[in-house]
Amino acid sequence: MAHPSTWLTTRPAGLYCEPGGFYLDPHSPVAKAVVTHGHSDHARPGHGAVLATAETLAVMHARNAAPASERAIRYGETLSVNGVAITLQPAGHVLGSAQIVLEHAGSRAVVSGDYKRATDPTCARFIPVPCDVFITEATFALPVFRHPPAAAEIARLLASVALFPERTHVVGCYALGKAQRLIALLRQAGWDRPIFLHGALQTLCDLYVELGIELGELRPVAAGSGLAGEIVLAPPSAIADRWARRLGDPVVCAASGLMLVRQRAKQGGVELPLVISDHADWPELLSTADDVAAPEIWVTHGREDALIHALGQRGIRGRALRLVGRDEEE
Amino acid sequence: MIPFANLLERLLFSPGRNAKLALLRRYFETVPDPDRGLALAAIAGTLDFPAAKPALIRELAARRTDPELFALSYDYVGDLAETVALMWPTEGDDTAPSLSDVVSGLRDTPKSGLPALVESWLDACTPAVRFALLKLITGGLRVGATARLAKLALARMSEGRVDDAEIEEIWHALAPPYEPLFAWLEGKGPRPDPPGRPVFRPPMLANPIEEPDLAALDPADYVAEWKWDGIRVQLLGGAEPRLFSRAGEDMSASFPDIVANLAHPAVLDGELLVMREGEVAPFADVQQRLNRKAPTRAMLERFPAHVRLYDMLFEEAEDLRALPFTARRRRLEAWFARAAPARADLSPTIGFTGLDQLRGLRAGAREAGIEGLMLKRADSPYVAGRPRGLWWKWKRDPLAIDAVVMYAQRGHGRRSSFYSDFTFGVWDGEALVPVGKTYSGISDRELAFLDNWVRHHTVARFGPVREVEKSLVLEIEFDGAQRSTRHRSGVALRFPRIARLRHEKPAAEADTLANVTRLIPGEGP
Ligand SMILES: [Zn+2]
Ligand SMILES: [Zn+2]
Repeated sequence: MAHPSTWLTTRPAGLYCEPGGFYLDPHSPVAKAVVTHGHSDHARPGHGAVLATAETLAVMHARNAAPASERAIRYGETLSVNGVAITLQPAGHVLGSAQIVLEHAGSRAVVSGDYKRATDPTCARFIPVPCDVFITEATFALPVFRHPPAAAEIARLLASVALFPERTHVVGCYALGKAQRLIALLRQAGWDRPIFLHGALQTLCDLYVELGIELGELRPVAAGSGLAGEIVLAPPSAIADRWARRLGDPVVCAASGLMLVRQRAKQGGVELPLVISDHADWPELLSTADDVAAPEIWVTHGREDALIHALGQRGIRGRALRLVGRDEEE
Repeated sequence: MIPFANLLERLLFSPGRNAKLALLRRYFETVPDPDRGLALAAIAGTLDFPAAKPALIRELAARRTDPELFALSYDYVGDLAETVALMWPTEGDDTAPSLSDVVSGLRDTPKSGLPALVESWLDACTPAVRFALLKLITGGLRVGATARLAKLALARMSEGRVDDAEIEEIWHALAPPYEPLFAWLEGKGPRPDPPGRPVFRPPMLANPIEEPDLAALDPADYVAEWKWDGIRVQLLGGAEPRLFSRAGEDMSASFPDIVANLAHPAVLDGELLVMREGEVAPFADVQQRLNRKAPTRAMLERFPAHVRLYDMLFEEAEDLRALPFTARRRRLEAWFARAAPARADLSPTIGFTGLDQLRGLRAGAREAGIEGLMLKRADSPYVAGRPRGLWWKWKRDPLAIDAVVMYAQRGHGRRSSFYSDFTFGVWDGEALVPVGKTYSGISDRELAFLDNWVRHHTVARFGPVREVEKSLVLEIEFDGAQRSTRHRSGVALRFPRIARLRHEKPAAEADTLANVTRLIPGEGP
């Protein structure tokens, strides 16, 4: 057996599979790449050929990041490239997000991309795959990050809407994944009023609907419209600026795992922080390490110090890849 | 504890003053005694638990969490109470104690029993309640509500029976849990201040003057004084003499040399200084005395305290505050001539004929002990708070240097989890030497830039401190430079703040230590 460290290396553009001749989530343009999901820090524009799920490729098209050529494969389907077997398995992060399972010379490595273990009505649930090397993110890799159930956070949002019926609740959220998950969670909680969208969220919501995710009635925010008592979704950059203030006296909300840290939330001018994350929290990172039973775990980005320390206590060898070009949160 | 924790959480995130007032008022109206009074005390900073200190929390955290993970978490979160509240290993079941249980527990439990008690509370509480509990223990709630705001909320609660100035006036005669105060506010009891007992009175504060105010001002209406670079104090003379800080904190024990000379009954306003042979010493000398609860004889000799008086609020039991400034001044002068207290003098008034003359005086005021000028309306009554248009402070222009960022640390409070505390230095030959540390002056946008810059330019880490590449120049404004043994450079800056980021300036062109030394009074050219 050849250990994955002999055939998976880091190069300036990112993680590289030597025998397969392809990169995994490279951050600059390359000839051949396998991409875990459509967030812009993983799915960069300008690649030659990309292998990914059909949903991820559709997202890349919607974001003007389409590669020159593409190949879609389904979860569970296996494709062989120069003696490397590639299988995609759900990562539970956003629609189409996948873990890339690589098998070569008798060993198996799993590149998980971004992932979470909590249920999400807009995407398939994470499936742990036992492996020799598990490659993980570490966005929320500190014991302070224990994310509450998303439904409880949605209940707080709806309670605030009931408490301030004369104000508009504007929720800052990322355009891909978080926005659609919030809408789906609101629908599950019984909120059947139209949900209003900032223009920057429209395209990806339309795409989700096209790909079969029910989101109910969505409306653009019309100029000068009175939206008292309504819920508006907007990108994080819009909630603290003039765009949000023109809605009257808005309750500024933000949905992110970072909202757990009070001073972080306050710094962003947020009045109602909602702790809703599409990334694994600390207990999920550790339980995933147990589930995949890998003797070695590589950490791509985030707070690797804490995770590697905690893995060491469990007898798991941790290694920081320190990949560049990853965002804090996407 | 649960209603109190909810209040803190909502206060922390409510951006508007009116929303905060409404939250406080609703809390005071709906929560019974004594919890509401204890919450008021917590917000106003009048609760103190001598045996329960941050060290206790660190000790519990060390016992129940992994030290390395704790250190990394604390570094990220930046706030001890929040770090422990979030990473405490239990989920909590909300069998949380009441606020009064917590207060009496913290006050009455012997020191040896406190760790077990606090630990059992932390196990029982959810993270939000743990946060409130730990903030209570570490003090300094800093939840976006001040004592002042709480008093305004109390005034609203009385529905017009009591105004906030009256609450301020009697505040220092009251103590937690303030039950007679609430009874008075609700119309169920008398005004709760025993007559005849001298108490701290809220002081009158000055507004900074800007050019438009200056242009509109008629010099004939005003009296000028030097603005002394010391500590504003209130002195209660009489049988039980007392010395209070501007915020009403009793500092008598720290300044026995002053208090011993206050036998004549009066309430006086003045500046606390250190003086040697008639010369005002630098502010650093006052600082030496400030935090000594019981100064040694050597301290008293090395740093002799002095008060420079400028106003009189009461003479015996007579309230002078409604009199015009000039009348109070005459009463002060007469009183001073009779009482002749040692270690005290009168702040002289400065004769002037026009604004140009004042401008000249202010520009020339560079010696130690003078921060600028005060302008007081001759007819101004003594009004608590910061009334507009009566007293102005006119600080001399700040000094400025260009310095290079050397180290960064995460901030606390509102800026925790961002790299926002910067140590900066100037050139001493080929080497940079630190001359100060600052966290103030930057906008949120600059803060975000600096935080990101630090993350990408770290060259070494020492615990929570990051050493950064020596390439970013900051323009630092400050009020003065003085000799110091705290920094390797031998110089310290007073009130340094970041005026702006000078991206365009190469680090090699930042200021030199010689440039900074020249700004120390008495060492210039
Ligand atoms: Zn990512
Ligand atoms: Zn992502």
